[in-house]
Amino acid sequence: MTTLELLQIVVYFGLLIVCTPLLGAYMAQVFSGERTLLTPILRPLEMGIYRLAGVNADEEQSWWQYALALLIFNIAGFLMVFFLQVFQGSLPLNPAGLPNVEPTLAFNTATSFMTNTNWQSYAGETTMSYLTQMVGLAVQNFVSAATGIAVVIALTRGLARKSAATLGNFWSDMVRSTLYVLLPLSILLALILVSQGVIQNFNAPVIATTLTGESQTLPQGAAASQIAIKQLGTNGGGFFNVNSAHPYENPTPLSNFLQVFAILLIPAALTFTYGKMVGSVRQGWVIFAAMLLLLLAGFSVMLIAEYSPNPVFGTANAMEGKETRFGIMNSILWGAVTTAASNGSVNAMHSSFSPLAGGIAMLNIMLGEVIFGGVGAGLYGMLIFVILTVFIAGLMVGRTPEYLGKKIEAREIKMAIVAILLPSGAILLFTALATVTDAGLSSRANAGAHGFSEILYAFTSAAGNNGSAFAGLNANTPFYNILLGLAMWIGRFGVILPVLAIAGSMVTKKAAPPSPGTFPTDSPLFVGLLIAVILIVGALTFFPALALGPIVEQLLMNAGRAF
Amino acid sequence: MLRQLRPAVMILALMTLLTGVIYPLVVTAAAQVLFPAQANGSLVTINDTVVGSSLIGQNWNDDPRYFWSRPSAVNYNPLPSSGSNLAPTSATLQEAVNTRATAFTTANSMTTALELVPTDMLFASGSGLDPHISPETARLQVRRVAANRGIEQDILIDLVNSMVEMPQLGLLGQERVNVLLLNLVLDALE
Repeated sequence: MTTLELLQIVVYFGLLIVCTPLLGAYMAQVFSGERTLLTPILRPLEMGIYRLAGVNADEEQSWWQYALALLIFNIAGFLMVFFLQVFQGSLPLNPAGLPNVEPTLAFNTATSFMTNTNWQSYAGETTMSYLTQMVGLAVQNFVSAATGIAVVIALTRGLARKSAATLGNFWSDMVRSTLYVLLPLSILLALILVSQGVIQNFNAPVIATTLTGESQTLPQGAAASQIAIKQLGTNGGGFFNVNSAHPYENPTPLSNFLQVFAILLIPAALTFTYGKMVGSVRQGWVIFAAMLLLLLAGFSVMLIAEYSPNPVFGTANAMEGKETRFGIMNSILWGAVTTAASNGSVNAMHSSFSPLAGGIAMLNIMLGEVIFGGVGAGLYGMLIFVILTVFIAGLMVGRTPEYLGKKIEAREIKMAIVAILLPSGAILLFTALATVTDAGLSSRANAGAHGFSEILYAFTSAAGNNGSAFAGLNANTPFYNILLGLAMWIGRFGVILPVLAIAGSMVTKKAAPPSPGTFPTDSPLFVGLLIAVILIVGALTFFPALALGPIVEQLLMNAGRAF
Repeated sequence: MLRQLRPAVMILALMTLLTGVIYPLVVTAAAQVLFPAQANGSLVTINDTVVGSSLIGQNWNDDPRYFWSRPSAVNYNPLPSSGSNLAPTSATLQEAVNTRATAFTTANSMTTALELVPTDMLFASGSGLDPHISPETARLQVRRVAANRGIEQDILIDLVNSMVEMPQLGLLGQERVNVLLLNLVLDALE
């Protein structure tokens, strides 16, 4: 690795640390109902939306009212995207004349975008009309991200409020996330991306005649507006088949830097928002530190693995699946960030990464998408682990576990365990099912251990609501479309509902002032404990599966074996 | 349940209008005014004919008079873009790498013992549409292009060097050469 590449890494993480308190403080203002810089412009629009929708934004909701509103809204969004796809052939804005989408694919895609997964069993440029991409998929990019932010804000209120009954208003949290956070940032990023060469038009495909007399069809479309929110909302669903490896989707090193930065921006800033709203900025930084350390550890292992020689090809620095304008370092940085953050966009093909680098990408997702994670989703997932850590620390010293002065009791721990077990169960059981059925096995593109990794990665990505893939696997079959779709539902709502239930029971509790016996949760020791709990839970659950896939493949590769 | 239905439907409709219609239209309008060339695909036109996009790679590898692009899993057909997704332990890829190494050394009269084929020429890109090659890969092709065009090698080396794109802002990415743009100035020499 060159000095310049090292400098890029330093600038990347430095900028992240600088922007976290800035955006974090702004979001705390937004969700506490305080006046912000954008209030004069956006407040009238916000009030107009409430009036038309018949929403009283000041009406507080209990945890189950909040959950019900969220579920109904998400199911309505799912139905809309589903029907837009199955009828797109008869709908306008389809200059390429693409046909209706097959129903199991439409189920998979609608689920995928509604759950913030953005797994894509299809190639965008040859499957989805401009109307489907804009009015269906891009809208879910915004509202699924806003849903994630709303849930973490509700949980934050549940921890911050004392002896209360309600968590806020879902409609208002969702609308504010979209208007005050996602939309302004997206407009800014989209325009910068266009300046770099990302396309933004409604033209029909252009047919070029090359200097050597060949004909090349260049697909067009309104890509930049979708790509901006795909990164900022940790969605990851690309406009084109190869996502941000496509030169029209990610044309320059600067567009690459901004896109990979946009992935972590909001999830990182939310840790500061959290600290601000629970009344102790340190509590936010502790979580930020645990996330950053886990990310850097995984990233380092991936870099070392990728720069090491591959005896199968007799060369190091394998450029398979990577673009020249990014090189190896930027491909791996993106690979680490996108899997840690539940984004799922790619600028290089993960399937062609060295086995260990691909394995860490999988592990990042398996740890529960809590290393920054999806917008909102990462932080509420991490708070589940925080509760678990406090509980385990409490067991070790023999005291009632407390977090932020509130007792952690059986109900919270049960819910936390449900939220951890459901996605993990979906990954392992569905992978097992796929490996013993013809329908599952016949989709593999590579032989040997890598074929197993393709299947394991697919279900990991779906249940983790990530969306990246070992893309050789032919996932566009009814078997995979339905099973992966189910994994996405479980991975999304199997966590959101327990989280809201925890918020609902925590909000009712009294907070006791800290005593000498209180275990401090804002210390470096706690960061270490939290990381240990995450790694132990992840390793116990997934080590056997990883051993059969990436680990054995790395050993075979080192021995020069090819399949 | 029913009380929540109206807000759900109405807010979904309003969000669709705002983020699905108004947002992309505003961005498109601004993009078309501020950056029309980029927004419309960075197309390269010669005598009113579109010869390609400066961002999308093309297949030159059948013509020894041009600089060649990287291997592509889709042979530079953008419908749809794709990488090979072959594994780091793939026998298929192992064979392809050997074939590509031999083909490149032969075509460019390289002495394998002294000169190694750069890895961007051994491995296919992620998009299948990579418009760039490394400067080293471009320089190794000078001998072949010069012989087939009857041009001095020194002139071509200067030409390649003048077309090397440096890391953006002096920091981001790595040195690279855009193959289409290089071949365009190459044609302009004659």
